[in-house]
Amino acid sequence: MTPDSVLHVDTVTKIYPTQPPVVALRGVSFRIGRGELVAIVGPSGSGKTTLLHLMGTLDRPTSGTVRVTGTDVAALGDHAVAFLRASRIGFVFQQFFLAEHQTVLDNVADGLLYAGVRQAERRRRAMDAIAVVGLAARANARPTQLSGGQRQRVAIARALVGEPAIILADEPTGNLDQSTGRSILALFEALNERGATIVVITHDTAVARRMPRRIEMLDGRVVSDTTSSVVATSTSQPMEHP
Amino acid sequence: MTMLVARPMSPADLLRLSGAGLRTRKLRAALSALGIAIGVAAIVAVLGLSASSQAGLLAEIDRLGTNMLTVSNGTTLFGQPAELPEQAPGMIGRIAGVTAVQDTSYIANVSAYRSPLIPSIDTNALTVQAASLGLLQATGDTLAHGHFLNPATAREPVAVLGALAAQRLGIDRVFSGERIWLGNQWFYVAGILTPAVLAPDIDTSVLIGYPAAETYLGADGHPSTIYVRAQTDRVDAVQALLAATANPQAPSQVDVSQPSQALVARADAQSALNGLFLGLGAVALLVGAVGVANIMIISVLERRSEIGLRRALGATKGHIRVQFLSEAILLAVAGGAAGVATGALATAVYASAKGWAVVIPALAWGGGIGAALAIGALAGLLPALRAASMSPTQALWSI
Repeated sequence: MTPDSVLHVDTVTKIYPTQPPVVALRGVSFRIGRGELVAIVGPSGSGKTTLLHLMGTLDRPTSGTVRVTGTDVAALGDHAVAFLRASRIGFVFQQFFLAEHQTVLDNVADGLLYAGVRQAERRRRAMDAIAVVGLAARANARPTQLSGGQRQRVAIARALVGEPAIILADEPTGNLDQSTGRSILALFEALNERGATIVVITHDTAVARRMPRRIEMLDGRVVSDTTSSVVATSTSQPMEHP
Repeated sequence: MTMLVARPMSPADLLRLSGAGLRTRKLRAALSALGIAIGVAAIVAVLGLSASSQAGLLAEIDRLGTNMLTVSNGTTLFGQPAELPEQAPGMIGRIAGVTAVQDTSYIANVSAYRSPLIPSIDTNALTVQAASLGLLQATGDTLAHGHFLNPATAREPVAVLGALAAQRLGIDRVFSGERIWLGNQWFYVAGILTPAVLAPDIDTSVLIGYPAAETYLGADGHPSTIYVRAQTDRVDAVQALLAATANPQAPSQVDVSQPSQALVARADAQSALNGLFLGLGAVALLVGAVGVANIMIISVLERRSEIGLRRALGATKGHIRVQFLSEAILLAVAGGAAGVATGALATAVYASAKGWAVVIPALAWGGGIGAALAIGALAGLLPALRAASMSPTQALWSI
């Protein structure tokens, strides 16, 4: 294992024990290195959401191993896995999942709630993360007062605030219109340039094409894993701000 | 990797979290806390009112003094009413430590009516008694209207009514010329007494003077009840001597009692009546508990995505369990606190209207809050376990 490998998925199989059993993943293997920006792309039913569960340590594989920053998830109990999530993994969801009755600041600060950080420190770091996603002026607004793109930025700030080793984004542009979606992708690119490791799970090949590395899934298998030397989007499409 | 140890949430964070959970659904939280509030309010009010009425009664007893003793005629060996000697009041007056002696004499076979037209069987359970002129100083009672008997009116057909006697005769104030039909002749009403606390016999009595009783009703003047006031520090000594002094020939035919003791016993016994109301309060609490459990279970279902998100943010099952449990406890305790406040307020209003001291026993408010806490913990347990056992992937991806 290379020391820079943040995530290592090794011959992972996932079978859901329903009747009949559903085989969602069939021996998937790949590594994601520090500082990478990766798209996992595939149609519905290709197993990419199951893969997200396993990468995010929200579920365990039937066989094979998942290592996050070198730690084998299978060796950890519920407590340790939870703390692994709290300290090393940031999630961004299609539906944002923001608490409507809390301010942007408190929503972002909640990203550190389970990491054992005191409230004053949580808020201070949340303010920094909000500034990074360009919403410093709206820190005291409520999510209901924000546009979809702004809400997703808040969710990204929440994922960022714990400075996780890896950010997993599940269809982050799925609820957004095209131009807002592009600006979110641009934000990911900007964060990646600052050193963040980001995995974007998407069914949208247009989104995937913007990413320097694409892992294509079909029927629970990785069918291709390509790395472009030149990021097409950074030249062909200008970065947009909402 | 040795540092992967999840930390428990700080109490401040937990309080903030569960408070936020309730604030998001204010009306629903308020309604489900209401059941518990009603139960706790009922319990606090019942305990508070009974303690306050007890305090009121004891204060009344203190005001009237605990140094009154009564001597009354007992029964003979054959079960017939015994008679107290006519000299008994005088003899008792000579016991050291006695400060006042007054007496009444029950007049048999005489009843009082509003008018001669009332059938003679409608006696209203009233008794007619001859009373010595200083009776009120001994019993501590006061007049509500008019005047008590004096040396002049004691010789004339004039009566003073006990509080209940006046009520049953339908007389609520004293007009000049107001009269009642007593022993086949009119007696003028001079006064009406306030309710007697230490000498309840007087409440249902029509009091007339000894000379009038002899003149108009042919009474023999034997006292039936003697009211004795003693110096407070000599009450026991006086009590020990009373029977033998009142009737030296047959001390066993004399009943001696200290009415304040009976009242204190009654004040203590009153709380037995509260069982029913406490039971009703407990039922309300139970219903409230079911309400809280119900609301929490619905809340867990509704907040699947929140639970999933928290798990993704690194919450352990324990974090989720504690969050929902503390939410249920907070809800119940808020209801309990509101209930204690309401119960205390009700007690205060009622007690001050009655002129009692406001007493809310620690058992009432402490128990109310404690019961609410226990109910919250019990009602929240199942929903909290459900929330914690929810798989994060299902919670997040099955909406």
